[in-house]
Amino acid sequence: MAVFLSVREMLDGAAAEKLPLWEHVRRISADEAGISGEQSWRMMDQRLEAMIKADASYDPDARSHSRLTGGDGGKMERYAGEGRGICGEFVDKILAAALRMGECNACMHCIVAAPTAGACGVLPAVLLPYAERYSLPRDEMIKALYIAAGFGAVIAQRASISGAEAGCQAEIGTAAAMSAAALVYLHGGTDEQMAHAMAMALKNMMGLVCDPVAGLVEVPCVKRNAAGAMNALCAAEMALAGIESRIPPDEVIDTMAAVGAALPASLRETGIGGIAASPTAVKFREEFFGKG
Amino acid sequence: MDIFDLIGPIMVGPSSSHTAGAVRIGYVARKLLGEEPKKAEIILHGSFAATGRGHGTDKAIIAGLLGMSPDDGRIPDSFGLAWERGLDFSFELMELRAAHPNTAKLTLTGVSGRTLSVTAASVGGGRIEVRELDGIELRFSADKPTLIIRNEDQPGSISIVSAVLAHSGINIATFHVSRSSRGGQAIMVIECDTPVPAGTVGSIAAMPGILSAAAVSAD
Repeated sequence: MAVFLSVREMLDGAAAEKLPLWEHVRRISADEAGISGEQSWRMMDQRLEAMIKADASYDPDARSHSRLTGGDGGKMERYAGEGRGICGEFVDKILAAALRMGECNACMHCIVAAPTAGACGVLPAVLLPYAERYSLPRDEMIKALYIAAGFGAVIAQRASISGAEAGCQAEIGTAAAMSAAALVYLHGGTDEQMAHAMAMALKNMMGLVCDPVAGLVEVPCVKRNAAGAMNALCAAEMALAGIESRIPPDEVIDTMAAVGAALPASLRETGIGGIAASPTAVKFREEFFGKG
Repeated sequence: MDIFDLIGPIMVGPSSSHTAGAVRIGYVARKLLGEEPKKAEIILHGSFAATGRGHGTDKAIIAGLLGMSPDDGRIPDSFGLAWERGLDFSFELMELRAAHPNTAKLTLTGVSGRTLSVTAASVGGGRIEVRELDGIELRFSADKPTLIIRNEDQPGSISIVSAVLAHSGINIATFHVSRSSRGGQAIMVIECDTPVPAGTVGSIAAMPGILSAAAVSAD
């Protein structure tokens, strides 16, 4: 019941039908789900609306139940607004948006998983500031979401989008890969460039472990959303410059699956290894949950 | 996988697998029981056991058992609502043999005394897979409207069920049969393209050799 078995199949299908890639993704997925193209469009529009609402729901004074999370989105926003950042205001706004959404999730706000809740900050962080900067029509934002979803569907099919199965590379890595493809689309790149951006973003995060402190989707997850957004920008810019992934996109996805399978359980969302095993993290866990 | 599992679900945080997926497990278990649960004994395995508490997995499963969906703002308060509605529940952390890292096993008793044991995994992005029902191994996601039919393992059961579905104009997407032993009890898992009306479910349940029929969907 897969939408697409490979990136190659997805791109070739669009070319054969002489359809824009987003439209091909919509058509195939709507047929598979037994809904009309219009219904599918409305559902995607609802998700975009929910992303915008979630972003607006951010409260810089809110803290998560554990109190590990909160306020960083506000700090980054202020810094971006001051215009003294190394990367400039646009990139700093993207970092702020990623942190805001990650914090909203940790504080149990209603968010849009993309592809997961822990990685929900990456895609809106590149999409919303880009839309603002280029005064993007809403339709274009929705089309970009179809592009992201199409590539994400292949990754889910051939590898995994679960941190418990394949580590953070499958969550933030996939989110960055989906976002990189969406950015290439928005910036006028070709379908092949979208695929290369997806592959490069995934490679850049290959092996990334899932190591949440005390098992909570907070540390280091929230900040990894910011890193994922930067990685998406990096991969999209390289692809738009004409740089290609030397390894074909489908092989990169398969490799991510193999790396995920090779990760020990301690580094797959169990909260046992990685940064979760640092003395400070262990001390926090003991204080928060009580020993044993 | 549906594209709206990649951009979505719209859900209460913090974890699609440990919160939203856990709500769906509880919800599907409720549908499989087919009535209001009054008792739930829940085993959490693997990452569900290790980090479930921090993700609200326990509250999420109870929320699903109460019939809530993953975007329901009452999820954090589900324990209190369960007590109000007379649902007695308990959690145990245990290693289950050869189970997916995010697995829960629920043993339920309904208001009429009906019991059900179901094991399900949260496989990422809020999607789930039911892996066991009353000791019989099977596999379905409940992404599509799904019919779960228990029958005596005897010739003709499948043709009876498919005839009723054909008569109701329902197209079958996938069809799997599992059984405990030859001539024992069997379970048919039928994924359909359209929702199965209660009347059709009732007609199937009334057929000879059919022990029970239930229609479930994760949404």
